[in-house]
Amino acid sequence: MISLSDFLLLSAALFCIGLYMVVAKRNAIQILIGIELMLNAAILNLVAFGKYDKLNNSGQVFALFAIVLAAAVTAVALAIILNVYRQYKTIDPSKINNLGD
Amino acid sequence: MMLVKIMFYILAAVALGSALFVAASKNLVRSVFMFFVTLFALAGLYVLALADFVAITQIVIYVGGILVLILFTFMLSGRETLDAIQQQKSKLINLNKLPAIVLAVLFFVVMFIVLRQADVNELDWVKVAVAEGNVIKPDGIQIENIGVNLMTSYLLPFEVISILLMIALIGAAHLSRKEQEA
Repeated sequence: MISLSDFLLLSAALFCIGLYMVVAKRNAIQILIGIELMLNAAILNLVAFGKYDKLNNSGQVFALFAIVLAAAVTAVALAIILNVYRQYKTIDPSKINNLGD
Repeated sequence: MMLVKIMFYILAAVALGSALFVAASKNLVRSVFMFFVTLFALAGLYVLALADFVAITQIVIYVGGILVLILFTFMLSGRETLDAIQQQKSKLINLNKLPAIVLAVLFFVVMFIVLRQADVNELDWVKVAVAEGNVIKPDGIQIENIGVNLMTSYLLPFEVISILLMIALIGAAHLSRKEQEA
């Protein structure tokens, strides 16, 4: 079978790509995609460990919870991005530097 | 068993390659569509980890829901965002991105060392689970068990997360509503 460390290594690599996107990108939507990548790496870890819990399915159940949480995060974040765009006419996070009254 | 390994490496390569393309692409729409490929490859990896229900949920929620939502926002937020991205210089390695690359690579090195030292294949509880036969086998059906567990041991987190999802969706609808007057 596929060993546990293969899954963990892959998810570490995905997490680092997500981290790079969050730090480097100048667009809120791309930062959001980076966050989604990091969340997916975490879910991959949950699922890989969940293989060793047949009775309680804890890994898979919490992977499901994490997916639902990601959906909630995305919905709210996209609504905020739309609002920010309406107010500032840009979604570059480094250009948004004053409070809207 | 050999075929499973080959499938795993193919899917891992697809996931990593498309994720790198998403991170490197200058074109936002292209990177969003490439993110589809990453998510599908990850769903395949969940199947290889014997979590077929999570894989289906991943496809339904991520590919069907979240990505369409991202595309919607992109379309609604107008042309200026696209122009702003195109204006960046198309050098292969942008010097502004260097700190982020260094950070990501160093973080990966730290994770790699931690993985080496943790020795995950020889964990105690994994050994116990294997000895007791508490391991998901490829020929078993887990969905029934997941359903029973979701309604018994994990009932409280299930209810909490359903309320949280409802709050988040109402909040999103409220935030993205157009201001009537003022």
